[in-house]
Amino acid sequence: MTNIHQFEVVIVGAGGAGLMAAMFASRTAKTAVLSKLHPTRSHTGAAQGGIGAALGNLEEDHPDWHTYDSVKGSDYLGDQDAIEFMCNEAVEAIYDLEHMGLPFSRTPEGRIAQRPFGGHTNNVTGKPVMRSCYAADRTGHMILQTLYQQCLRNQVNFFDEFQVLDLILVKGAAAGVVAVELATGELHIFHAKAVIFATGGHGRIWEITSNAYAYTGDGAAIVLRRGLPLEDMEFFQFHPTGIYKFGILITEGVRGEGGVLINGEGQRFMEHYAPHVKDLASRDVISRAMYIEMREGRGVNGKRYLYLDVRPEIVNKYAEIDGRTRPDGTPYRTTAQEILTKLPDIIEFCRVYLGVDPVTQPIPVQPTAHYTMGGIPTNQYGQVVYDEKNSPMPGLYAAGEAACVSVHGANRLGTNSLLDLVVFGKHAGIHAARYARGVAFQDLPADAADPVRQRLDEMLNRTGKEKTAAIADAMKAAMFHHVGVFRTEEGMKEVIEDIRALKERYRHVHLDDRGKIFNTDLLNAWELGNMLDLAEVIAASAVARQESRGAHARQDFTKRDDVNWLKHTLAWQKEGAIELRYKPVVITKFQPKERVY
Amino acid sequence: MKITLKIYRYNTEDGKPPHYDTFVVPDAEENDLVLDLLECVRGYQDGTLSFRRSCAHGICGSDAMRINGRNYLACKVLVKDLGTDQITIEPILGLPVLKDLIVDMNPFYEHYRSVLPFFMCPDDPVADGKERIQTPEERERYDDTTKCILCACCTTSCPSFWADGRYVGPAAIVNAHRFIFDNRDCGAEDRLNILNEQMGVWRCRTAFNCTEACPRDINITKAIADVKKAITTGKIE
Ligand SMILES: Cc1cc2nc3c(=O)[nH]c(=O)nc-3n(C[C@H](O)[C@H](O)[C@H](O)COP(=O)(O)OP(=O)(O)OC[C@H]3O[C@@H](n4cnc5c(N)ncnc54)[C@H](O)[C@@H]3O)c2cc1C
Ligand code: FES
Repeated sequence: MTNIHQFEVVIVGAGGAGLMAAMFASRTAKTAVLSKLHPTRSHTGAAQGGIGAALGNLEEDHPDWHTYDSVKGSDYLGDQDAIEFMCNEAVEAIYDLEHMGLPFSRTPEGRIAQRPFGGHTNNVTGKPVMRSCYAADRTGHMILQTLYQQCLRNQVNFFDEFQVLDLILVKGAAAGVVAVELATGELHIFHAKAVIFATGGHGRIWEITSNAYAYTGDGAAIVLRRGLPLEDMEFFQFHPTGIYKFGILITEGVRGEGGVLINGEGQRFMEHYAPHVKDLASRDVISRAMYIEMREGRGVNGKRYLYLDVRPEIVNKYAEIDGRTRPDGTPYRTTAQEILTKLPDIIEFCRVYLGVDPVTQPIPVQPTAHYTMGGIPTNQYGQVVYDEKNSPMPGLYAAGEAACVSVHGANRLGTNSLLDLVVFGKHAGIHAARYARGVAFQDLPADAADPVRQRLDEMLNRTGKEKTAAIADAMKAAMFHHVGVFRTEEGMKEVIEDIRALKERYRHVHLDDRGKIFNTDLLNAWELGNMLDLAEVIAASAVARQESRGAHARQDFTKRDDVNWLKHTLAWQKEGAIELRYKPVVITKFQPKERVY
Repeated sequence: MKITLKIYRYNTEDGKPPHYDTFVVPDAEENDLVLDLLECVRGYQDGTLSFRRSCAHGICGSDAMRINGRNYLACKVLVKDLGTDQITIEPILGLPVLKDLIVDMNPFYEHYRSVLPFFMCPDDPVADGKERIQTPEERERYDDTTKCILCACCTTSCPSFWADGRYVGPAAIVNAHRFIFDNRDCGAEDRLNILNEQMGVWRCRTAFNCTEACPRDINITKAIADVKKAITTGKIE
């Protein structure tokens, strides 16, 4: 038995992007939100450091500067029309969030507090600018809570712990999704006029990661299997400061507050790699610098980690060397108390997971897999576009980390993801509702849930001996070592072979759980299937791109090559192989030039 | 090091009564999370074991469970924190068990929703369209209760909640507190009225279990006292 529901707009995912879309779509269209996690468990809640907008609350700032910084941060692969749109909308978006009750930290005057973040600068002086609007170091938690609360207030329809497994397309347009209800194992069809995927990223493909277990790229994988392309999948961000071995994120806000990276010889090293902004360079630049330090034997105790030091005396020492000042012109000096107030969660993570107190000890860190720049291609209304000409697929939308607008290009700036969610989630919601008003429901095929049912039955009845966890571990290690911060053709080709072999083993996965109620064994295996598909797309896109740009750093092609590679990758899965094509980057105001920090 | 896990098992589909299974993880490390051990058991020993989890660092609130008799997030306790190689893991108390360590959270969410846990204010509040002004001191007043992640560690450690599941419980009061003491919000009176009802704040017997159980270190007992005081005095301070 399949249960059938009908909603004009169906949103898959209840993180920042999905909830924002829901708030706006539900104003005019009958809307449902499906989420495999209870909404407040979404990964948006993990975001720490802040959300970018040129409010100028503490010093001069302009949306144009934000735009330029984001274009530069993207290593000129971001589409400049979309970036400009996002940075202009940012200011109002932040005020909207405050009006919804979001408890931002405040300046002494009672305005929204802002802090510096990597790659965000005063375009005249080149110095870091305070652009990141924050609520202590739990900005994402506050955004997620606030949006969910407002959705409750507006009585949005939620289907919690419903995992979407397939997209229904009829005559080249979206017509709904198929989901499994985790508590019962029943399949449900959600018949819709418009579908929005806001399913987040896929950082669980790598071994050391800041990402949640739920980050398995479900939305992207579903869309890929339904014959649509994925964009710029080779671009995946490694954040410089993950807690050693755990991968848990230490926000860039720590460096915004004056923390510095120190190598095993006790030296601050970022000044050699980014003389102007040093520890506040872009993430790709810093992660590479850290790898080089470690490769050249300057890891701490010869190990694969370095120190992030935010002890007040160290912060003050380097603030003095850098001549850093407060907005009122006085020298920047901090205290243990200020650090505790501004970074309470970070302090706690270090105490719980490392037994280290950051106020008195340096924090061992290593780069950690963090953010999916690529994803489902969309335009700035959230419409999924499916070819080199950016033709929109009627009724199909994507937003948030699952989507690639592209505003992050080859490297995302910190604070721009939360902004992306809020801006493009909203526009996807508005556009989808408007689209839904103008069209009728399409007839569903009689067997809309059959492909899923067959696949699940087949998985449940496999007789092989392979274990999901073992295949996942092998995939994660291969991807982390060869499709990570630095890449070579040899390494990536090896990974492609590995992934194909793992896919073969995957066909023989044995499931212990054959039941219906919360069959996490089955769903973990299904999610691994998604990650294997995406890993292959990532490696194939990466090996083809023979240049270094943003997060894609090749040791065999060390320079950016605008003549041949200033273009977006589109990857299709066709008969078991990956087909690559390319589309141009939108350049409006800023001609590509060399990127130095 | 070798760790022995005794895990509560229950699945209506297999027809067996609730029971405990014992698993040995032979190569655990003292820095492993209890969640890592559960993943290891599910991944390599028994795929039928079911539990919720997502963020793996104490932020999403998915994996509240009873570990050696006390409520924790499994991703926020390290093996070395427990000081023993014998670990018993059970579902949180007071909510119906659906399977193994997964409980029905709906009664908990209903209590949460009942206190109007959302910002309420006239729609277009600020003339210049910018943010409302709130001083750092005003913001600080409700900071502690903004930290709640709805994991249910507090409510399911509360004897008053065990005694009567209709009691709204500490988590709901914490979430009401977050808005009552936010000077930008206008719904305090409604919330105080709700919490003044029979199943509201007066059921709290100040057992302190909630504060001890909270993985976010929220001073819950104090938040509840703030709310009680606001009801009795009619003043929000
Ligand atoms: C530790 C950390 C710190 C960060 N800090 C910052 C920061 O300071 N500033 C910043 O700008 N960005 C930050 N980011 C990035 C940012 O938080 C994320 O990119 C962003 O929150 C993603 O939001 P989303 O709405 O796209 O996805 P999510 O919030 O992850 O939501 C995804 C949703 O999709 C649902 N879902 C997934 N698959 C399915 C399926 N098959 N069926 C049904 N539902 C499904 C999930 O249940 C969930 O509700 C950080 C990220 C991490 C990991
Ligand atoms: S898994 Fe998120 S709190 Fe433990």
